[in-house]
Amino acid sequence: MTGAPYDLVVVGGGPAGVAGALTAALAGLRVALLDSGARLGGQYFRHAAVPEREPGLDRFLLQARLLDGRADVLTRHQVWNVSREPGGDLTVHALTRDSSGERPVTLRARRLLIATGAHDRPLPFPGWDLPGVLTAGGAQALLKGGGVLAGRRVVISGTGPFLLPVASGLARAGAAVLGVYEANGGLGLARHPLLALGKAGEAAAYAAALARHRVPYRTRHAVIAAHGEREVEAVTVARLDPDWNVLSTRIVGCDTLAVGYGFVPQIELGTQLGCETRGDPDGSPVLRVDAAQRTSVPGVWAAGEPTGVAGWRQAEVEGRIAGRAIVGEARPIARRGPDGVLLRRRRQWRAFGEALQRAYPVRPGWQSWLRDDTLVCRCEEVPLARVREALELGATDARSVKLLARPGMGWCQGRVCGYAVSCLAGEAPRPPRRPVAQPVTLGALAEAAPEDSPDEAAQ
Amino acid sequence: MTFHITVDGRPVPVVPGQSIGAALHAAGVRSWRTTRFGGRPRGLFCGIGVCFDCLISVNGRPPERACLLEAEPGDEVTTA
Ligand SMILES: Cc1cc2nc3c(=O)[nH]c(=O)nc-3n(C[C@H](O)[C@H](O)[C@H](O)COP(=O)(O)OP(=O)(O)OC[C@H]3O[C@@H](n4cnc5c(N)ncnc54)[C@H](O)[C@@H]3O)c2cc1C
Ligand code: FES
Repeated sequence: MTGAPYDLVVVGGGPAGVAGALTAALAGLRVALLDSGARLGGQYFRHAAVPEREPGLDRFLLQARLLDGRADVLTRHQVWNVSREPGGDLTVHALTRDSSGERPVTLRARRLLIATGAHDRPLPFPGWDLPGVLTAGGAQALLKGGGVLAGRRVVISGTGPFLLPVASGLARAGAAVLGVYEANGGLGLARHPLLALGKAGEAAAYAAALARHRVPYRTRHAVIAAHGEREVEAVTVARLDPDWNVLSTRIVGCDTLAVGYGFVPQIELGTQLGCETRGDPDGSPVLRVDAAQRTSVPGVWAAGEPTGVAGWRQAEVEGRIAGRAIVGEARPIARRGPDGVLLRRRRQWRAFGEALQRAYPVRPGWQSWLRDDTLVCRCEEVPLARVREALELGATDARSVKLLARPGMGWCQGRVCGYAVSCLAGEAPRPPRRPVAQPVTLGALAEAAPEDSPDEAAQ
Repeated sequence: MTFHITVDGRPVPVVPGQSIGAALHAAGVRSWRTTRFGGRPRGLFCGIGVCFDCLISVNGRPPERACLLEAEPGDEVTTA
């Protein structure tokens, strides 16, 4: 590893990371931004194949263009660990792939901005491992990133406002959306909290799209089982009580099911470095930050979903605030006070995000949807019966369940089942303790130590 | 301009920029491996590189995530 350290390394090229990197680069800092994807954009602005323009996309593309040439933008670079050197600088370990295969890349940084976003939070239910069952975000990513419809006859289920853009996107792209089943809220679309929270335009647009395509939207309903041999062919839709216990059921034929119960912020780069965490209103562990988006670890900032799920606008605002604070620290002479407009917006969007999390909690009744043979962990194929057995053997928390029954010990490192296992063990989800943020091959680990110049990596 | 990859010897069209997983899904191939214990079929689930359900071997390389791996002309994949 050679060369001077970057003033700032940003991990994540969504709205938060790009805004933070651009703010710092425009002030003259030497900045690198890494993202595992092939293009900048993150989960909202993945625009390779979008047939229609998302609100905010033009602005994001302009920011991304301005960043190009002012910072080293390393796409297709997956960061798996960040460690602290004895001298105080940070070492960022990434993997990239090219025609000759996977190759480790190591960068040195004086400061780090964690802008790694979030992933869907699924809940297990019978048949959720059948092909044709996708996360809501997965269906959205297929459409926006690949221009591919997840299916022809699609059912959407889960909780939260995110189900609405997924449904309207699929319907507009030509899928028959047979129903959107929202497990919470007895109020219906006309009284959706998005309206109460001042996003009337957005909610109204979704409602209009669903009405135009005759997509039924049912609250207090959820898909509690998927059926089929090699693929999903039908689902059981249940009417639920307020705790999500089943009141009645019916079968709906379909070829695809998209499910999502909120999001899990990706915070492991922070927890690896010892950053303090806190619980978001929906129970997710997130990184604790101060008014300048600083984590509890010196030199490490966080912005966007890792500090709490509140949407892409909040992500951009937090990225900009972090960028300004980082510039202030790197160039004390250029330091300017916090921008009042940004701070006000951040407060508003945070309140908005928290209100939505409170309006769409996960209720305990989902556990009654599971059968003994329902897989809780997809990777290690651990059924509910084995989790229960571990609890009966004396496991009192998710960690000891994991040691006895192995849920969360597979490739995904518990990202998919971690929330469910915590709930089944009767505790709030804990911050992840993953020594590597992304599974890497042993060969790549062995190669990661020596000689990789950041300048070479930037080419 | 589309190009082709082959899946078990069959040509599958790809729009440049698409992942292997997206191209397979679009062609109606929605599972391409079976699980170790139960022998259950698996394909895309999270779509963004988190779940590892979509592992696939391309051109004989060790398994990679189909949802992240961009398809390239002439790629050959075999399903289980
Ligand atoms: C699958 C999915 C689809 C979504 N679709 C929509 C939508 O259509 N509409 C909507 O309003 N909201 C959507 N959301 C919510 C939306 O993504 C967020 O509000 C917004 O993107 C947050 O921005 P961010 O910058 O915090 O994170 P993101 O936009 O998620 O950006 C984070 C980036 O970090 C990268 N990354 C993460 N970890 C690493 C690592 N270890 N190494 C390298 N790179 C890494 C990721 O590849 C990603 O590009 C979606 C969320 C998900 C999970
Ligand atoms: S579909 Fe989850 S990792 Fe590819």
